[in-house]
Amino acid sequence: MDNHASLTNLPDSAEAHAHAPGGEEHSHPTWSTYWKVAVILTLITVGEVWAYYVPSFVAGRGFVPTLLFLSALKFAIVVMFYMHLKYDHRLFRVLFTGPLLIAGLTLLALMFLFGHLYIKM
Amino acid sequence: MSAPATHAPAPHHYTTLGLDSRKVAIWAFIGSECMLFVSLISTYLIYKGRSVIGPFPHEAWTDPATGHTLRPILNIPVTSASTFVLLMSSLFMVLALAAVQNKNLPKRTRGERILGSSKLWLLMTAIAGTTFLGFQAYEFTSFVHEGLSIRTNLFGSSFFTLTGFHGAHVTAGVLWLLTLLAIDYRRGLGPRDALLVDIAALYWHFVDVVWIAIFTLVYLIK
Repeated sequence: MDNHASLTNLPDSAEAHAHAPGGEEHSHPTWSTYWKVAVILTLITVGEVWAYYVPSFVAGRGFVPTLLFLSALKFAIVVMFYMHLKYDHRLFRVLFTGPLLIAGLTLLALMFLFGHLYIKM
Repeated sequence: MSAPATHAPAPHHYTTLGLDSRKVAIWAFIGSECMLFVSLISTYLIYKGRSVIGPFPHEAWTDPATGHTLRPILNIPVTSASTFVLLMSSLFMVLALAAVQNKNLPKRTRGERILGSSKLWLLMTAIAGTTFLGFQAYEFTSFVHEGLSIRTNLFGSSFFTLTGFHGAHVTAGVLWLLTLLAIDYRRGLGPRDALLVDIAALYWHFVDVVWIAIFTLVYLIK
């Protein structure tokens, strides 16, 4: 085994550190993955801002869904790769996605009750 | 006879799943923070478009009392720049964590020495966070000068509350990062400290993902 492996090719060992026996262990992102993720996040942000300045697109029906999708995509990428949730123990996923799901449903309910999705009964 | 006092560090506390309880705690905290921010975002969205008087976020408004026309108040180019800075800070943070984890590995090239410098990446993250706060201070100041304060209308109240809470979280994160940086300068952060940096990184990335949502929902969607 090469004990002098290149630093830039080494897997991120965050979870190896955090996982005691019993925890799940997977392969982790490399530094090059982190850079690629940063480029993708930047490109998505540029796309969002570009969409904001296209009047015909803003006036169309696809503007809001597109922005919401791109925002959700960026959110998921950061959580999965930078927060390592993709590689982490499922308990952490539950601790994060559980409250997030409850909060999202609460947001939807409030929007239906008081917001722009208000439905007259 | 009592046992002799010891200065050895306290052992790590693991749950029955074999997970460090500190990491479980930070994820539970982040889960609760999700609820806090979604409640603030909900409030903003519910009040969106219901302000009786301006300034408004995306539309010009003429004050009937003075006849002055106020332009849309949100400055998208400035906020886009601050969003980019915060996104980059997340990259710097993962590089800081990786540098701490791999501190003991040999660095043969200049590039590896740069990538392996936890001090550099922690400092860069703190600088990026401070820059974001500078953008926010500029934005808040210009809004107040243009006639929008927290008491002006529903938009002002919900906007300043939401973004102010986020700014307070960024401020706490910057202080946390500077503390880690001070520890790194004082005694050096190594693989044994990786979990401490990992927990700070999780908090920092959470602050970033909250801004991702705010940027779209508050600034971009008209």
